[in-house]
Amino acid sequence: MTPSIIATLCVLVPLIGAALIYAFGRHPNIREAATLVTAVTLFALVLSLLPDVMAGSQPFVILAQPLPTLTLALKVEPLGMLFALLASFLWLVTSVYSIGYMRGHDEPNQTRFYVYFAVAISATLGVAFAADMLTLFVFYEVLTLSTVPLVTHAGTNEAKRAGRIYLGLLLGTSLAILLPAIIWTWMVAGTLAFTAGGILSIASPMSIALLLTMYIFGIGKAAVMPFHRWLPAAMVAPTPVSALLHAVAVVKAGVFAIVKVTVYVFGLDLLADLGARQWLMYAAAFTVLAASLVALRKDNLKARLAYSTVSQLSYIVLGALLANPLATIGSGMHILMHGFGKITLFFCAGAIAVATHKTEISQMRGLGRRMPVTMTAFFIASLSIIGLPPTGGLWSKWYLALGTLEANETLLLGVLLLSSLLSLAYLLPIPVRAFFYKAADNGHSYSALEAPFPALLALVITSLGCLLLFFYPELSYQLMTRVTGRAS
Amino acid sequence: MISAHLLVLQVVLPLLAAPTCLVLARRPLPWLIAATVSWASFGIAILLLHRVLTFGTFSYELGGWAAPWGIEYRIDPLNALVLLIVAGISSVVVLFAKCSVEHELDPNKSHLFYSVWLLCLTGLLGIAATADAFNLFVFLEISSLSSYVLISLAQQRRALTAAFQYLIMGTIGATFLLIGIGLLYAMTGTLNMADLSQRIPAVSSTRTVAAAFVFITVGVGIKAAIFPLHYWLPNAYCHAPSAVTAFFAGTTTKVAVYVLLRFAFTVFGAEISLGQFLLNYFLLPLGIAAALIGSTVAIFQRNVKRMLGYSSVAQIGYMVIGIGIASSMGLSATVLHLFNHAVIKTALFLSLGCIFYRLGSVSLTDLAGVGRTMPWTMAAFVIGGFSVIGLPLTVGFISKWYLVLAALEKQWWGLVGVILVSSLLSIVYIWRVVEAAYFNAKPTANDTIGEAPASLLIPTWVLIAANIYFGVDTRLTVKLAELVSSTVLGVSPP
Repeated sequence: MTPSIIATLCVLVPLIGAALIYAFGRHPNIREAATLVTAVTLFALVLSLLPDVMAGSQPFVILAQPLPTLTLALKVEPLGMLFALLASFLWLVTSVYSIGYMRGHDEPNQTRFYVYFAVAISATLGVAFAADMLTLFVFYEVLTLSTVPLVTHAGTNEAKRAGRIYLGLLLGTSLAILLPAIIWTWMVAGTLAFTAGGILSIASPMSIALLLTMYIFGIGKAAVMPFHRWLPAAMVAPTPVSALLHAVAVVKAGVFAIVKVTVYVFGLDLLADLGARQWLMYAAAFTVLAASLVALRKDNLKARLAYSTVSQLSYIVLGALLANPLATIGSGMHILMHGFGKITLFFCAGAIAVATHKTEISQMRGLGRRMPVTMTAFFIASLSIIGLPPTGGLWSKWYLALGTLEANETLLLGVLLLSSLLSLAYLLPIPVRAFFYKAADNGHSYSALEAPFPALLALVITSLGCLLLFFYPELSYQLMTRVTGRAS
Repeated sequence: MISAHLLVLQVVLPLLAAPTCLVLARRPLPWLIAATVSWASFGIAILLLHRVLTFGTFSYELGGWAAPWGIEYRIDPLNALVLLIVAGISSVVVLFAKCSVEHELDPNKSHLFYSVWLLCLTGLLGIAATADAFNLFVFLEISSLSSYVLISLAQQRRALTAAFQYLIMGTIGATFLLIGIGLLYAMTGTLNMADLSQRIPAVSSTRTVAAAFVFITVGVGIKAAIFPLHYWLPNAYCHAPSAVTAFFAGTTTKVAVYVLLRFAFTVFGAEISLGQFLLNYFLLPLGIAAALIGSTVAIFQRNVKRMLGYSSVAQIGYMVIGIGIASSMGLSATVLHLFNHAVIKTALFLSLGCIFYRLGSVSLTDLAGVGRTMPWTMAAFVIGGFSVIGLPLTVGFISKWYLVLAALEKQWWGLVGVILVSSLLSIVYIWRVVEAAYFNAKPTANDTIGEAPASLLIPTWVLIAANIYFGVDTRLTVKLAELVSSTVLGVSPP
């Protein structure tokens, strides 16, 4: 198989998986096997592309040509490779987790759940490998639509309301802001293909600045305030959805798109000369701090994690806007590091909910004795989010901080450090109280009561991932240096 | 031999078949005739389109009388496209009609129904094919009269009021058109469009020609349901039998927009209609108002058919905006949307027809739980809804792409905003249906409801597939639209 065929298969395999899952809907065991086989196949396919990309080739394939001179095409480049590796690996882990969670929770309509999940992954891979802005937009919208049934899975009034916010904000921003930005880009540049060094030239700084603003806010999945409300709303979904889609696939598709736009549409050189990006950086910095402050005040664990995600996403936006190679490397690495950290936290939240039916942080005192493995994983992942050794989160923050110094933005460096302190304040008390406080309800000690084995296995894997990424961050660094063109 | 007469057969075939339905009234013969003739027309339309694309514009003299004296039929890329739309939509919907009409109408009247259907088809095809202004009026009347009948054949009594309302408005429109054509005849002494276009510039500064222009524009505006002349449309769509609504949604307003284009750009010519009479300055605000108000009103409808009727008003607004932009890109957008909207709305109304077949109602409250009981039908509706919103991979996206591009080309940011706001509003009204169908619990009385029969589902899905196909492979539609705007309409920025 040539690499370009493999790239196409990466988008198709999850769809085939979705069809299989649907076909075996009445036989849960075969259905789950289909999910796992598809996930393993997908990860193997993505992995097989890695040597080519590391060697510097960029497999390219045209899927369709909807408009004259505009194509739907896939191109595997290093940044997309990083994202695809992350998404496909974590899908595999999440599939394992889902089996434990969905069965442990006795969720209805599981077949529908797995089908749309697979479709969403297909769209995520499409976003990762999109060769131009139109293709990215198409898969971006497919991702929005395929996740709506997952968000509204419960079918309750609350889910219905969340679905409205989710669809309204994501579809609204993309159609009303992002789409005209894309059409405008096409009109100005005559192409939408992602090209090293960018496709725009700085003819008029005003319109370039407006265009950049439209991209940053139009990509609603990046959750830059004031378009962040959909993410907390989406927390009504089952936890595996929150874990993979709303900590990794969907939100990362958003910031990934922003990094793509800054690197391949505007180009770092053009962006660095653009004075107006200062304001956008402050908007992102504001989101970083404000979301952290909101997270501090949330008692519901998933809500707190959601606002933490909003805050962390803006790190990546900030890094992309800093427009220097170091910050861009930091942004790319943060996609990976935050992905591992946040998915672990959500896995833990789900495990707690399945095992004890507790969703509020104030109820979780003393939980460390009942669920030692889960709470240890939670602790490790918290360290990674905060950016402390020995976890991978350190590296991405390191490069982001270097990026702010290189751009002489000491104020933004301060924001990053302050935000790290805030995340320390909203994350660490949870495992600390779990381990060192006594349970509030009564004094007698519990025996260990962990979540079902598949769920536990998944969260152990991802928390080990956080640790391993501290010792082996080279792969992501190597990929990102290929994106920025900086010699390693 | 036959191929030389293809063009006239396009119109004559359904015209002759209409009375045949009355004679051969034993079921299912009338349906069989209507279906065969529809598909034959569709085949002819494809042949004609092929011929136009290979050999260019050609004409046919009725009865062998040469053009200024006899009636001339003339096919260029624009009306070849319209013929294709009309015949294609009729062919698909007539398949749907068999089951749906038997269910909704008095079975003893079905031969009348198909006879009138064929007359309506004749009228619509005739309007598109002819190059003679008076002949166009005649066909307009044929199609209008038969459409009043088609609406009133529905069993609800309210259909009668809707039909009457449409009749009054339609007659005013047709009369205005006739007055306009009469004035032009008085000034130029000809009814042939090519002839008219040569003689009008000499007299274009007279008040008579100005009056003719106004009468024709307003008259056609009523038929096309251009805001604020759209009053009849939601009622007519709402109360007509399901198949009729689907047929009309794809054809009548499209043909009327075609007539507007034909008069404005062929008969009067772009320089007179845009340069002198400033048509674009009138149409642009109307189009904007239609896009915003139509979509907003649609949000508040309880009856989904009426809701889609208002959505049609908004979508016609898009076409009018395209004319109002008055650039080659804008007209391409109009022509593209002519085709695309026919495919979108017919598909949606067909899926509503499926629901009506099972539930006997399409009000939002009765739709509760339909997502579970009729999964294929609702899936079709959702995809059609995506197309109305203009999501990528559907035809609606292609239309919007061109329309926004045309507005950006002129740097009209406000207009870009209007188009986008209108599509955001369409998210709201489509989502209301989705919520009702998928989230609201079904009433217990509906337990026995199943999926619609295959004879209804297949035509629906054929059009849904067309929505996606022409959203991904736009070679035919975009090429035609660009060809039309460059050759037929020949617009240069005023």
